[in-house]
Amino acid sequence: MKFAVAVYPGSNCDYDTYRVLRDVLDQEVQLIDYRTTDLSGFDCVVLPGGFSFGDYLRPGTLAAHTPLTGTVKEFADKGGLVIGICNGFQILTEAHLLPGALMPNVHGKFVCRHQYLRVENTDNPFTNQCEEGQILKIPIAHHDGNYFVDDETLTKMEENGQIILRYCDEYGNITEEANPNGSIKNIAGITNENKNVFGLMPHPERAAESILGTEDGLYILRSILEIYS
Amino acid sequence: MLIKFFIKPRKGVLDPQGRAVTENLRSLGFSDVKDVKVGKYIEVYVQQTDKEKAVEEAKQMAKKALVNEIIEDYEFEIVED
Repeated sequence: MKFAVAVYPGSNCDYDTYRVLRDVLDQEVQLIDYRTTDLSGFDCVVLPGGFSFGDYLRPGTLAAHTPLTGTVKEFADKGGLVIGICNGFQILTEAHLLPGALMPNVHGKFVCRHQYLRVENTDNPFTNQCEEGQILKIPIAHHDGNYFVDDETLTKMEENGQIILRYCDEYGNITEEANPNGSIKNIAGITNENKNVFGLMPHPERAAESILGTEDGLYILRSILEIYS
Repeated sequence: MLIKFFIKPRKGVLDPQGRAVTENLRSLGFSDVKDVKVGKYIEVYVQQTDKEKAVEEAKQMAKKALVNEIIEDYEFEIVED
């Protein structure tokens, strides 16, 4: 499988993602500059974490208007797999590839910690290696992860199984205390209607090697590989 | 011409900065403070001299980049610079 990892000015998880895909999962992977307009030959595009364009205006806004993101839209329209991690998730909402918006954390602080997540849906290319209700432990690190979407859209997303991950406690309970940023309904990760575009605030690439304390991110990354195996 | 954009959190959307500033002002003795909204002010200078066209341009700029209407409200005014 061939992955493209987007590189915007200010991306800072690009190389971590590249390394995990190449060295841990043994996949073909290439770093792709934000001015690129050709994604032919790639099976999956990863928009990595970081602070693209310094989070100027709003996180992800300026990156959403680059030539590469325009090409990613065309790629997704044709059914290509796209995963946006943290800032990548913000870029996907700003580019209208995913519904809703990511607002500043409700407590106004940057949050950096290991976080429990409950898998809400497994019928998609990104969590098909998980059990429904499975609890994953994956780090989060963000200032703007407070997911918001209007009630009408949220209902449609829930009916369509687009809510993929929710913040929970270690036993899988969806509580206010377990919500690290104020996200509506504890939402941590969603897909688009067609389920080929996935955005999540947690960092699976930081949870892919035992030396880092958790390998739960591999459930997500291996799910993507499963589609092509 | 100069387009002045005033952007603030949309009504009904929680504004953590506004809430913190509300508390801060109250702690300074401004007990009269009911609520605070913290937003953004953006100046865009354009070559356009036709005000109607500038209005249209401003709306497009807001929609395409400057404002996220899911979470923000905005107003703008156009002045000769």
